[in-house]
Amino acid sequence: MTAPALQTTRRCPYAPPDEHTRIRDTDSGITQVTLPSGQVAWALSRLEHIRAMLTDPRFSSDRQNPNFPRFTREQPNFGLMRPSIIQLDPPEHGPARKAVVGEFTVRRMAGLRPRIQQIVDEHIDAMLAGPRPADLVQALSLPVPSLVICEQLGVPYRDHDFFQARSSALLSRAVTNEGRQQAAKELRDYLKDLIAEKAADPTDDLLGRQLTQGNDPEDVLSLAFLLLIAGHETTANMISLGVVTLLERPDELAALRKDPERTLPAIEELLRVYTIAEFANSRVAVEDVEIGGVTIRAGDPVLALSNAANHDPSAFDEAEEIKLDRGARHHIAFGFGIHQCLGQNLARMELQIVFDTLVRRIPTLRLTTPADSLRYKDDAFIYGIHEVPVTWDDPA
Amino acid sequence: MTRIVADLDRCVGAGQCVLTDPDAFDQSDDDGTVVVLRDTPADDDAVKRAQVAVDICPSRALSLTE
Ligand code: HEM
Ligand code: SF4
Repeated sequence: MTAPALQTTRRCPYAPPDEHTRIRDTDSGITQVTLPSGQVAWALSRLEHIRAMLTDPRFSSDRQNPNFPRFTREQPNFGLMRPSIIQLDPPEHGPARKAVVGEFTVRRMAGLRPRIQQIVDEHIDAMLAGPRPADLVQALSLPVPSLVICEQLGVPYRDHDFFQARSSALLSRAVTNEGRQQAAKELRDYLKDLIAEKAADPTDDLLGRQLTQGNDPEDVLSLAFLLLIAGHETTANMISLGVVTLLERPDELAALRKDPERTLPAIEELLRVYTIAEFANSRVAVEDVEIGGVTIRAGDPVLALSNAANHDPSAFDEAEEIKLDRGARHHIAFGFGIHQCLGQNLARMELQIVFDTLVRRIPTLRLTTPADSLRYKDDAFIYGIHEVPVTWDDPA
Repeated sequence: MTRIVADLDRCVGAGQCVLTDPDAFDQSDDDGTVVVLRDTPADDDAVKRAQVAVDICPSRALSLTE
């Protein structure tokens, strides 16, 4: 029997593809699927199984392993740079992550709060001064995380058009392999020059500090590349999606305005229901492993259907419902195991500041088209929305 | 008495424990690893928070002992 082709189109923005739900609700919750690359992969769909895989060293994150699950026949990036932390396994992963994670602690992120608030306010000022309707994606969702990560890394924001274009090409399933390879190469060359400048003339920013702490410039290059891509569109897409969900729920919006304590739990729920990086938790087995009664052989690709897992009824009560005050934090929207998102506390804070500031400053903010007619990114590795047209009333 | 034990070799500095209970957990400025501020939860609520922290710690770096 040949394994059926993987479906990737969601039933609705808040629900995984029906096929993923069906797989999850079979006896084992595990089946084989054929990926667009032609690879036959195991698909895991339950929270318990994916958590087990992500904490088991017999599964590897080595994206250069030819059996790592892929959505294209070839993987761009091959040989372009040293592997970055997201591709490293133990024992290399730990020291590489510890060399940078101090830059992302909860306390360090709290220190960025005033500056992020200022950036958000400036972008809202500019939006309010401009024409209506406005596209929230261009006015706020994209520029805020982009500016924040640029300042943190020490990458000139004036070049953001350049790397925004390359980063979305890299994250699109619709762009050819050659196109993505080219985008990766251009971004690499750009960062290489920047890092050479910083090595010659040290700067007090994340990349500069990595260099002065004696990290190899080749490793700093791979890290810069990863952070720029990972820190960009992910948060941007969550801002857009989250605002749409909130605008569709005026009661919730009013509750948030009254009680900012509700924002952080709401963010966790939005992360869960959207699971924008739904395949990021995939791995390749390097030894035989049994999960849920199925034997996965060394060398088998394993795809994590994280969106199905985040809607798993055995892990979340009324998993299909969006409950902004649910307060469940055991979802895997940021992954699980040693690779769990390095930027998660930055992302949480950006989302919190954006949502709080929007509800406070523009109480009449609304969509100009119904949410179900927006163009969702069904063709991207990171789920999102292309445009979010919004309007508002003049202040009374 | 319940006591929180942290394995610094396993910790990957995700900070989920700090979000769960900032009175019990902090992170080192150097390498982001967990610093247990209070290893004996003071009351039942604190024990519950410690259990949540153990469950959601992505690297399985936290455990509780009796
Ligand atoms: C809402 C926004 C975000 C989501 C949903 C998200 C999701 C994820 C997921 C699922 C992983 C795990 C990948 C794996 O296990 O292979 C991950 C890892 C990672 N993320 Fe994020 N991310 C977000 C924002 C960010 C930001 C803002 C940054 C950087 C500033 C960032 C940097 C990273 C890095 C460096 C890793 C790799 C960590 C490692 O391998 O140890 N992410 N992210
Ligand atoms: S949640 Fe776990 S991995 Fe994260 S900082 Fe705390 S102990 Fe370390």
